[in-house]
Order: sequence, then structure tokens, then C-alpha cells
Amino acid sequence: MNFAVNIGGIRMKNPVTTASGTFGYGREYAGFVDLNRLGAVVIKGVTLLPRPGNPTPRIAETPAGMLNSIGLENPGVEAVIEKHLPYLARFDVPVIVNIAGDTVDDYVKLASRLDKAPGVAGLEVNISCPNVKKGGLAFGSDPDTAAGVIREVRAATRLPLIAKLSPNVTDISAVAESVAGAGADAVSLINTLLGMVIDVNTGRPALASVMGGLSGPAVRPVAVRMVWQVYRAVNIPIIGMGGITCAEDALQFIMAGASAVAVGMASFVNPRATMEVLEGIEAYMRDNNVGDIKELIGIAHERS
Amino acid sequence: MFNKKYTIVKNEEVIPGHRLMCLNAPEIASRAAPGQFLHLRCGDGQDPILRRPLSIHFADRGRVYILYRIAGRGTSRLALMARGDIVDVMGPLGRGFTLPAPGERVAVVGGGIGAAPLFFLLKKIGKIYGKKKDMVRVFLGASTLAMVPGAAQIRKMGFPLDIAADDGSGDFKGTVVDMFRKEAKNLALDRVYACGPPPMIRALAGAVGPDPAVEVSVEERMGCGVGACLSCACKVRAGEGEGFGYARVCTDGPVFDLRKLVL
Repeated sequence: MNFAVNIGGIRMKNPVTTASGTFGYGREYAGFVDLNRLGAVVIKGVTLLPRPGNPTPRIAETPAGMLNSIGLENPGVEAVIEKHLPYLARFDVPVIVNIAGDTVDDYVKLASRLDKAPGVAGLEVNISCPNVKKGGLAFGSDPDTAAGVIREVRAATRLPLIAKLSPNVTDISAVAESVAGAGADAVSLINTLLGMVIDVNTGRPALASVMGGLSGPAVRPVAVRMVWQVYRAVNIPIIGMGGITCAEDALQFIMAGASAVAVGMASFVNPRATMEVLEGIEAYMRDNNVGDIKELIGIAHERS
Repeated sequence: MFNKKYTIVKNEEVIPGHRLMCLNAPEIASRAAPGQFLHLRCGDGQDPILRRPLSIHFADRGRVYILYRIAGRGTSRLALMARGDIVDVMGPLGRGFTLPAPGERVAVVGGGIGAAPLFFLLKKIGKIYGKKKDMVRVFLGASTLAMVPGAAQIRKMGFPLDIAADDGSGDFKGTVVDMFRKEAKNLALDRVYACGPPPMIRALAGAVGPDPAVEVSVEERMGCGVGACLSCACKVRAGEGEGFGYARVCTDGPVFDLRKLVL
């Protein structure tokens, strides 16, 4: 059986990867998961300078999901290059670095810095973080602004570029088309849905930052729908994510058109979730005589 | 650390609204240290979906105990589980307390259910101190005497125990920190260990004085438990002056040097 997929130039031995921010820098889960078995590792979003992140509480549980407002806490790109990339280089797995900026110039500087760093297989351009005051979602909510970021980053690096799209838009297909036109090699979706929880005992918002991003099984049908729409709109590969906990969840994304899938908050609940998704996809293919994972990508479109 | 399914040996109410769960978990029991915690799933479903971090109350001979307050949706589910049921557990997680050297004068201060991890600590201290348990003072506090967990066992271990109760039913009427402040003056303490709700920890910071080493166990809402998600952040001093950064309660803690915390 062939599980290999090519995501805009990133050759993955299987379609299972990790959602940025839910798998740390890989080492946090190395005691539970053989990192060599992952299709790719997408690490926590990195900014040019260290960021302390948002005040606490940073999370709130919701029905079949959670809100988070971490605020891109990270040690900055130089520390990631020095401390985290060499660790991951020991493994036979492509490393995708998620980059986030306050300005277009930040993204450009990050891309050109990481272009020269060893051990980077590709960049995921985070134009969809809902939890920072500047940048983030502001870049991803308008097709032209999104294209502007991708165009500038494209000019700064030869690394494969994945544009991470926000669901907090009226028409995600329009943003996908726009970033594809600007030179993105792939798109990943969805980032979290902006949400809010109020603690009725105190009358206060449950998160210190008031609003946060919703993820987990609760968002999965929205995410599958958006992958479906984006598959119809663009010809570049899609990494699908949003509430994947098991192979059946992952297969929905693949059948909707995703060439790869990312496991997110499920790793918090089950640290081996990525491996169980992978093993489940393998079992499904065996049971259904599917010789190549590519046969499954987008098949729901032929059957609708 | 392990992530396995373990069988519940018992799960009984010990004081109103609080239960003691015993798990047959030999891998965890043999490695657990005081101050570390378990990250438990509260059922198989997706609601509640997140694990719950609960400190290890005690571990011995293949068994691990957690003493928990039924506080929300997760712990309410845990409370419904019975002997023979299976729980999915990650652990032991986090960094625990630094054990004292023999001869150090020690105070152990617990507020409410915050006393839970201190029991395990006292067991270890008891082994180090042997017959010199009078060098250790234990201060526990609760709303009323009957709500202090494990008081009889702590006395049985041979430690001098003082109980503060808001309603005057203990040795001291008021908060555990007020009682500690009054007693500590005469103790020339080398080390203080504490666990309790955030207001208690803040009060303790003002009461403890400059001399003893102070370690406290910190609570925060937690996601992954392994340092990946950065949900359970805790403000710590960085550099000189007002500078601060965030540490991860799950892996940098949950036990921290009190003076490094920005409260």
C-alpha cells in the first residue's frame, strides 16, 4: 500500500501530521509517539522575537471542544532554530515551521531567516491566529491582504509555503483562490473558530482575553465542509484539520479533498492520537482494498 | 511517564464532597514523587473532553491514591466511577517537592483540598526524619474541622498537627496562613511547603518572611499535561526588577519556588 503524499513539495511518508500549537516542538510527545512515523511535524507558531503569550486563564472547556487563547507564546525564531530544530533533525520526518507576524515585514524576515536554517521542510504561514491583537487573523480574513502576505513571503524563500486559513470568513474559497494565485504551494485549514464562554457564577468571560479559538470535535463538520469547498476552488494540496480524533474523522477530510490531515487537540486527550489515526487509515485501506491513499482524496466529490 | 488504563480499587467519599480514589497502577506507584500529578480522563466520551490534573495523594505498593473535591463536570464524572472500573491515566507528571535534608526545620501548610499532595510529602519526610518528626510542623486549614482531609492519619504518622478552621472548631479560629504567621515566628524554619488555593498562596507569600526556602504547588487550567499546549501558564520572575515570563505548570511545576512566582 502507498501512503505517501506530496504537499506542495514536502514529501510525506503518510498523510498524518500535527496541528501547530498542539504538539509543541515534537519532543513533548516523543515519549508517546515515534516521531519517525509521522508524515510531518508542524511545530508551534514562531515569531521574530520571543513572545510571552496571553494572561491566564488561557483555555476553557466547551462541549466536545475547547477555547484557547495562548497568544502565540514562543521563544522567538532564533531560539527555535538553536534549540528545537536540531532536536527534530534527529528524526526522519519533515519539519514544517508555522510562522506568525504583526506585519508583512515580520513574515518576510521569518521566511528568509528560516530559508537558511537547516532542518526546515516547509513553512506554514499563519494568517489566521485569532488570539493576537495585530496581524494573525487580520491578514487572513481578506483575500487581497492574504495574497499580499503570501506574495511577499514567496519572494523571500524557496521553501514550500502552506497558507493556514481561517474559518472566520464569509467565503473561505475566495481566500484559498487568492493565496494559491499568490504562490502558496498548499493550504491548511481550518484554524480555530472565534468563540467565547462566560462563567455565570462570576459573570465574567472564562478566558482572560475574553475571546478565544474553538477547536476539537465540535468544529469538525464546519472544517470538513470548508475543505470540501476549498477542494473545488483550488488545485493545490490541502491539509485538513479540525477535531480529528480517529481514522474515521481523518478519512472524512481526505474524502472531502484533503491530501493530508493534522491531529490537533486530540493529542491532549490521547497522546497517541496521531498514531491511532495513522493505524486506522492503514486498516481502512487494507479492509477496502485501497492500494494508494491518493485514491481516496476527494472521492466524496465524485459521489455527491 | 505512562499513559495506560488502570483499574479502580476504590473510590469512596472521605469527607463531604470529597473522594479518595485508589488505582492499581504499579508503574506509576513505583515512580511517583510527592507533588507530582496524574492527568485523568473522566470517561470515554467527548464531553467533558479534556483530562483533569489531580495531584497524587499517596503512592505505595503498586497503588496510587488521589484525593479530590467534586468541583465540576469532570470530577463529578470521576465520582460516579466504582471499584473495577477502568480509568485512562497519564502520569506521574510534573516536578514535585524538593525533599528536606535531615535536621532542617520544616513547616507544611495546606488549605482545603490543597492538603492532598502534602500527605505523600509527609510520608517521605517521615522516612527521612525517623523519630525526629517534632522538627516538622503541619498546619492545615478548612472551613470547619470535619472538612480537613487526612488529619487522623497525619497525627498517626507522628507529626505535630495544628488545624485552623474558619468557624472556630479547630485549634485556631481563622485562616491557616494566620495560624502559620503566629506560630512560625518562634520556629526558625528552614523550609516551608505549601499547597492551597491562589488567595492562600498570596497570603503565605506575605507571611513567610525572608529566611526559609518555600515551595508551593500551583493550580491552573491545564490542556495537554506534557508542556506542549502552553495553556497552564504561570507568571514567573525573569531577570531583574519587574520582568516576567510564563512557566508551564505541568512540566516546569506544579511545584515552584514561591519567590520566583509573580503572584
